[in-house]
Amino acid sequence: MSKSLEQPNRLKEGGRIDRSRKLDFTFNGQRYQGHAGDTLASALLANGVDIVNRSFKYSRPRGIVAAGAEEPNALVQLGSTEAVQVPNVRATQQALFDGLVARSTNGWPNVQRDVMSLVGKLGGRFMPPGFYYKTFMAPASMWMTYEKYIRKGAGLGRSPMEPDPDSYDHLNRHCDLLVIGAGPAGLAAALTAARSGARVILADEQEEMGGSLLDSRELLDQQPAAKWVERVLAELAGLDNVTLLPRTTANGYHDHHFVTLHERRTEHLGETAPLVDGHRSVRSRMHRVRAGQVLLATGAHERPLVYANNDVPGNLLAGAVSTYIRRYGVVPGNKLVLSTSNDHAYRAALDWVEAGREVVAIVDARTNPQGDWIDAAKAKGIRIITGSAVIEAKGEKRVSAARVAKIDLGAFKVTGQAETLACDTIASSGGYSPVIHLASHTGARPTWNEEILGFVPGLVKGVHAAGSARGIHDLAAGLADGVAMAAQALEALGQSAKAVELPQVDARREGPACALYQVPHEKPTLRAPKQFVDLQNDVTAGGIELATREGFESIEHVKRYTAMGFGTDQGKLGNINGMAIAARCLNKSIPEVGTTVFRPNYTPVTFGAIAGRHCRDLFDPERYTALHQWHVEHGAEFEDVGQWKRPWYFPQVRPDAANGERESMAEAVARECRAVREKVGILDASTLGKIDIQGPDAREFLGRIYTNKWEKLAVGKCRYGLMCKDDGMVTDDGVTSCLADNHFLMTTTTGGAAAVLEWLELWHQTEWPELNVTFTSVTDHWATMTITGPEARNLLAEITDIDLDRDAFKFMEWRAGKVAGVPARVFRISFTGELTYEINVQANYAMHVWKTLFEHGDKYGLTPYGTETMHVLRAEKGFIIVGQDTDGSVTPEDLGMQWCVGYDKPFSWIGKRALTRSDTRRTDRKQLVGLKPKDPKVVLEEGAQIVFDPKHAIPMPMAGHVTSSYYSPTLDSGFALAVVKGGQQKMGETVYLPMADGQVHEAEIVSPIFVDPKGERQNV
Amino acid sequence: MFHIYCPYCEEHREEEEFRPKGQAHIVRPKDPEACSDEEWGDYLFFRDNPRGIHHELWVHAVGCRKFFNVTRHTVTYEILETYKMGEQPRITAESLASGETQGNVQVAGGGQQTVSGSNAAVEAVKGEQA
Amino acid sequence: MSNAATFDTRTEANIPVESPLAYSYHRSGAPAPSAKSRVILRERPFLGHLVLRGGAIVLDEAVRAVLGFGLPARPNTLSQSEDGARSIQWLSPDEWLLIVPGGEEFELEGALRNALGDAHYAIVNVSGGQTLLELSGEKARELLMKSTPSDVHPEAFPVGKGVTAVFAKANLILRRPAENRWELVLRRSFADYCYRWLLDAGAEYAIGVEK
Repeated sequence: MSKSLEQPNRLKEGGRIDRSRKLDFTFNGQRYQGHAGDTLASALLANGVDIVNRSFKYSRPRGIVAAGAEEPNALVQLGSTEAVQVPNVRATQQALFDGLVARSTNGWPNVQRDVMSLVGKLGGRFMPPGFYYKTFMAPASMWMTYEKYIRKGAGLGRSPMEPDPDSYDHLNRHCDLLVIGAGPAGLAAALTAARSGARVILADEQEEMGGSLLDSRELLDQQPAAKWVERVLAELAGLDNVTLLPRTTANGYHDHHFVTLHERRTEHLGETAPLVDGHRSVRSRMHRVRAGQVLLATGAHERPLVYANNDVPGNLLAGAVSTYIRRYGVVPGNKLVLSTSNDHAYRAALDWVEAGREVVAIVDARTNPQGDWIDAAKAKGIRIITGSAVIEAKGEKRVSAARVAKIDLGAFKVTGQAETLACDTIASSGGYSPVIHLASHTGARPTWNEEILGFVPGLVKGVHAAGSARGIHDLAAGLADGVAMAAQALEALGQSAKAVELPQVDARREGPACALYQVPHEKPTLRAPKQFVDLQNDVTAGGIELATREGFESIEHVKRYTAMGFGTDQGKLGNINGMAIAARCLNKSIPEVGTTVFRPNYTPVTFGAIAGRHCRDLFDPERYTALHQWHVEHGAEFEDVGQWKRPWYFPQVRPDAANGERESMAEAVARECRAVREKVGILDASTLGKIDIQGPDAREFLGRIYTNKWEKLAVGKCRYGLMCKDDGMVTDDGVTSCLADNHFLMTTTTGGAAAVLEWLELWHQTEWPELNVTFTSVTDHWATMTITGPEARNLLAEITDIDLDRDAFKFMEWRAGKVAGVPARVFRISFTGELTYEINVQANYAMHVWKTLFEHGDKYGLTPYGTETMHVLRAEKGFIIVGQDTDGSVTPEDLGMQWCVGYDKPFSWIGKRALTRSDTRRTDRKQLVGLKPKDPKVVLEEGAQIVFDPKHAIPMPMAGHVTSSYYSPTLDSGFALAVVKGGQQKMGETVYLPMADGQVHEAEIVSPIFVDPKGERQNV
Repeated sequence: MFHIYCPYCEEHREEEEFRPKGQAHIVRPKDPEACSDEEWGDYLFFRDNPRGIHHELWVHAVGCRKFFNVTRHTVTYEILETYKMGEQPRITAESLASGETQGNVQVAGGGQQTVSGSNAAVEAVKGEQA
Repeated sequence: MSNAATFDTRTEANIPVESPLAYSYHRSGAPAPSAKSRVILRERPFLGHLVLRGGAIVLDEAVRAVLGFGLPARPNTLSQSEDGARSIQWLSPDEWLLIVPGGEEFELEGALRNALGDAHYAIVNVSGGQTLLELSGEKARELLMKSTPSDVHPEAFPVGKGVTAVFAKANLILRRPAENRWELVLRRSFADYCYRWLLDAGAEYAIGVEK
């Protein structure tokens, strides 16, 4: 901390800041100082910083308008280094910390002298609403180019380009009652529910709980309101059934009372989260709350008045003026003009005078305002101009004067001569809009309440609103409403509310507000200086009027045409004014025009909080087999198959390489393929889905779910099965083995395991509950090691007690015994076409068995291989992979697998009926065939389209596509599987594959079985 | 994010545990071979898409792995009841239209999702449809 | 029932055996518990895990006869032997998870099959596919809140409850056999992911792993 810097607008006393703690910060490169307890906005105002941004479209200088989430202008980019950049932070919601570095989001090269402002001034004329659509949509291809420059100039903040040093997480919470907002109604509600024993969460977006009570002029029990807040919070904090979440914004209200709360845990402490016990604490947290009932005590946003040049820095909301003075000890100017339609705003003038600054005048749109606040202002000697409003602000970088005139509300016109009052600040208030955003997220439509001149939230069952959030702005009534609504929520939960004594509030006399949104100007709206409605999106009253003239009558269309309420603003300040203007232009009432739907999120949420801990190496589960460590240690490259990590290939160090260079994938796969065809290879097949099926009806069930027959499969035998959906299309395949009469082990594809189990359960539970059969996943229980190749028997014989004689243990049989001393089930099935044993052991013993195989395997040339080699070897045999060679539109017959279809089974198994539909009987369906490229060096692209006539004019009729394609070391040629229209009747014919680069490959249609067509090798 | 009462686990669980499986009460024809292509096509491919009451099949995938039925309002997303396989819904578009719920069928105990009981739920939904 | 095949997976004692977390300890380590540890993690590997399927009444009778205690009476609860070494958890109306000391599972399966005779049921040994982790410590519940949308508040999750739960992006069986102890039953292939998740989410509580 350094020497004290002057803060010209900081009051000598008052506010809730800690004056003993000075905090240094920089804004747009300039050093400033504030205090603990400041927001960035209050500190900027204390330092007399008027311009905080440039506007989005017109590049006009903009200052701070509000004191909370509704701030449209003061969007800043935080961060002193690249890694900690945070865009789109509202300065009004960012607590000041020592060393804070902030920049304006918009304004290039700087906010004071903005290059874009010239463009804005010139372009503004050419940027009416609908500008983007009209100008940039044709030619569409140019939009990307325009957008880049507009965005650069306009600026919307930017993401960090370096990894975030912080961590984020999610916390799942459940409660009886979630209270959102800790102002008077929220506190009263939380206290009521808490004392009644309910599980309560109280969340509030501000640095401190208390809401309007923190800067209220009113006394509770004859004491400052903040005292009562302290007492209530102390009680709540002491209760086990209550969770208090300050600095926590309820950003999204989702189905069935699921609410996402964004808690900023360390954002007020520094750029990165502090270390606690050597561990970096969690920077921000998403609370995923499932609430029984929800009480919205979200308060209200003050509506600014819409008058000419109401965006010049120095135009503020009246309530914000009070907040800055009373809560932060900052008075954001010297000479104030207040323009109001209601009594409440008078407090800003009283606070201003009490802060020792001059109030030039209060301009009240009502002709004869009456009430205690008005009397108090009169008593202070403040000039009150009635029946009038500020119609225009003067000044460019800061307000220099206000033009005030008599207005006729009904006729919407200025009736008198305007008077110019010199001032540097204009505070305005057009009344209060309940914060209905969260209720709107539920899909409930708000309703217009003429008495409070605002929309009150529509409430679906289980949602309650209290206090200002439903238009009850009076303090005493708001407190009582909090209690009453909490009681209502508790009753809905079947609980009863305990009585809560409320603090005494002095009664006050108040007069009614008048309806004032856009203030008339001497000139018509379209020719008057700009009257801003939505400051963040630069939407003006003129823009809305133009939109309605161009025929946009629905408010949803007006919104999209003008961008009103877009973006991070979500219409907090501007929406009601915009609707009122649209209503005036369309000669309708506000409720007739209606309101737009607010969407989550209420304020921006960082990606960190959304992602939580689900990032980096925890982004998605990685499933490992029991042999994973061995694969890692032996240099495997891995392939993702579903969530599994499977060895893809095992590149070895090249024998001739001095520098330890490893084989390419092609080299490794060729070596692995040769090892299997010539000696013996080993594959970790543990990922295959395995389902234990038991019950007297297991066999019947298999017959219904598979296309082929199962009634005669004997114990000890295995059979390949195809599974279809009821539309006749192949959906999975695998080998099922008969373990005992009523006991089978089904294998599924790796990716299909969970889906197949659910598929079996679906049919059992919904259609055939009478069948006595159960399905249990045993995928993880067994580890599966496939040894395959001519030497497989010799290798296995060394370490097993199972009789491997070719007649004692035949192809498509299984035997139990010991392998490497471990009880094992060994299945003689083959996916390579070679002599194969699949060894299944309880997974905890897998590593021992695997290593023992290698101890004995050297002399046989035992070679580990991965999924790529597996794919090549199976494709050489024409074995399909469901999901690669099929795509949900392929029948068993399309695959040429009629041998696997039991047409005469008594039960009409799943998929059978569909195979006789006219569409599945077509002879020109795409059928599985082999493709042999005419040039053996060519490996066709998987997915490449096939045509019969390459000279056909474009678009050529497409005849099929390549599904699998590899180089075969055994054939020393490229080869492919493909689906071709009527392909099974086109053996020997030539097809063409036109590629994107203009080349056209030629290939011959052949049988899909390229190696050992008679299947002798697997039977040896 | 729905909150769904599993009629087998007998408690509400988060939607993450469940998977929707489409329209409920689709019965596979007993004799598929007797169906015309059109009838079979109807069974395979054609589903209702009502605005209002919809009966859906769900599975408690991360849980008891049981399939069950949900009566859900497609506009409000309110779940009006959940019931086990083999049971019939108590709340249907027709019952709402006639102002009655079917009283004489088996209904999953405790399956009501609504706070204040089935009749209030029925009233609320009727209001929504009006 | 002789129509199902049983399979004794036990080996001679000298055969090396690896828990599902063997690779995880090797790769991610196991931070030793300290005085600052507010969560303690302990694996109980190599237990016997059996899945029982069938009707509650016949299974309850058989289980009582063989183990001396019955099936849990309510959904999502567990019953335990007096010493806590054996437990049965409700998984679905016709499915229970039986966890017993490692090595007992094969004889237990045989005894249950004997007791059940011709009843309709199934028993599946899944011991190799699962492992059990214990979580204890003052922040164990908060760590679970970070990980699962299940309500783990004591009111909603009393001692004796057990559920299948979403955990991070995986799922597992979550149970609370004692006031201050939670158990996670993980599938082998997800064990490493869950372990890394627990270490990461538990870092701020100085999580320690007892081995």
